[in-house]
Amino acid sequence: MPSLKDLRNRIASVKATRKITKAMQMVAAAKLRRAQEAAVAARPYAERMNAVLANLNAHLGSTEGASPLLVGTGRDKVHLLIVMTAERGLAGGFNTNVARMARQQIRALQAQGKDVKLLLVGRKGADALRRDYGGLFQETVDLRAVRQIGYAEAQGVARRLLRMFDNGEFDVATLLFSEFKNILTQKPTAVQLIPARLPDAAPVDNSEPHADYEFEPEEEDILRDLLPRNIATQIYRAMLENVAGFYAAQMAAMDSATRNAGDMIEALTLRYNRSRQAQITKELIEIISGAEAL
Amino acid sequence: MAETFKFELVSPERLLVSADVGEVLVPGSEGDFTVLPRHAPVIAMLRPGVLRIPEMSGELAEIYVRGGLADVGPDKLVVLAEQAVPLGKLQREFLAREIKEVEDLLAETQDEDVRRLAVDTLERLLSLRETLNLAA
Repeated sequence: MPSLKDLRNRIASVKATRKITKAMQMVAAAKLRRAQEAAVAARPYAERMNAVLANLNAHLGSTEGASPLLVGTGRDKVHLLIVMTAERGLAGGFNTNVARMARQQIRALQAQGKDVKLLLVGRKGADALRRDYGGLFQETVDLRAVRQIGYAEAQGVARRLLRMFDNGEFDVATLLFSEFKNILTQKPTAVQLIPARLPDAAPVDNSEPHADYEFEPEEEDILRDLLPRNIATQIYRAMLENVAGFYAAQMAAMDSATRNAGDMIEALTLRYNRSRQAQITKELIEIISGAEAL
Repeated sequence: MAETFKFELVSPERLLVSADVGEVLVPGSEGDFTVLPRHAPVIAMLRPGVLRIPEMSGELAEIYVRGGLADVGPDKLVVLAEQAVPLGKLQREFLAREIKEVEDLLAETQDEDVRRLAVDTLERLLSLRETLNLAA
C-alpha cells in the first residue's frame, strides 16, 4: 500500500508528463499543418511533370536505345531499397511500419535469390534495421539538421542514387515510404524508381482539339533530361508525405498519451482521496476508542 | 491586349505564377522564343536564363529559371523549372552556389553530352552574373 506522499508524488509526475505530451501534440499539429501545406504546394509540379511524361510516352515510338533509367540494365539481380523514415521517434507505429515492410521486402527478394542493398533516409529506419541487415547498408542520409525539407534535399538523394546507378551498383531501385492518406492513416508504400514507369498517356479528350506536339530538341533528349528530374521529384514528394505523415502519427500518438495520462491522474486522485479518507477515519476511531477507554 | 492565354510557372516547391497574359519570353535551349496566344504546341527544354513577362509589374516581370521545360499549347503555357527566382531577389551567394554546382558537375562527369551541357550552362551563368553586376 503506497503512502499518501507516494501517491501525491506520482500524481505530480503524471501531471508533468501530461503537460509534455500535450505540448508535443500541439507542436506536432502546428508542424503538420506546415508540412501539409508544403505537400499541397508541391503537387502542381508533380502533376505537370506527369502530364509531360505521359505526353512524351505517347510520342515515343520505340524504346530502343532509350536511357537505361527507363528500360533498366537488362538484369534483375541487385535490388536497391530506399527506406524512408523519420529522424525522431515518439510517433506510434510510424517508423516501425516502414521498417516492417522493408524487412518483408528484403526477405522476399532474398528468397528469390536476389542481392539486396539498402539506402536509408532517416535515422530511425537505420536504427531499426541495423541489427539484422546492417551489412546491406550502402549509405544513410541524415536529415536531422534540416529544418524544412526542400527540393535540394531530394536532389541530393537523387544524385547519390544516380551515381550508384551509373556505377552499376544496382539494377532495380524501389522507394519505401509512408504515404500520407489522411491525418489518421499513413500507409507504407513501395514505388519503383528505376527502371522508371512512365505514366500512360491521358485518354484523349475529344471536347478540345488534340494538338500534335513538336519537340525542341528531340523527344529522346528531353526524356534523357527529364528522367533524372522525375526521380528527384518523386523522392521529394515521398519526403514531403513522409514528414506530413510523421507529424500526423506523432500528433495521434501524443493525443492518446495525453488522454492516458488524464485517465491515470483521475484513477490516482481517486485512490489518493480514498486512502486519505481511510486515514482520517482510522485516526478518528483511534481517538474515540481512546477516549472511551478512559 | 485583346487575346490572352493561361500562363503557369511551377517550381518543385510551389506554383509561382498563375495568370492570364498575352506574351511571355522563354529562354529555350535551342534559342529564346516568345509565346503569344495560339502558339503551336511545343515542348521545349529551357536553358538557364531569364523568363520575361512584359505585362507583369514588379518583381515577377523577370524571373531567373534553370533546369526544366516549357509546355506550350494554343491556350496555355506551363513552365516547369527546377529553380525559379525573381531577378530582383537573385542574391550573389545564390548565383555563386549555382555556378559552383555546375563546376562540380563538370569536374566529376565523363559523359560528353553532360559535359557540353555543363560548359554551356556555366557560360550562361557567368554572363548572367556579369550583366547583373553581382560578381564577387
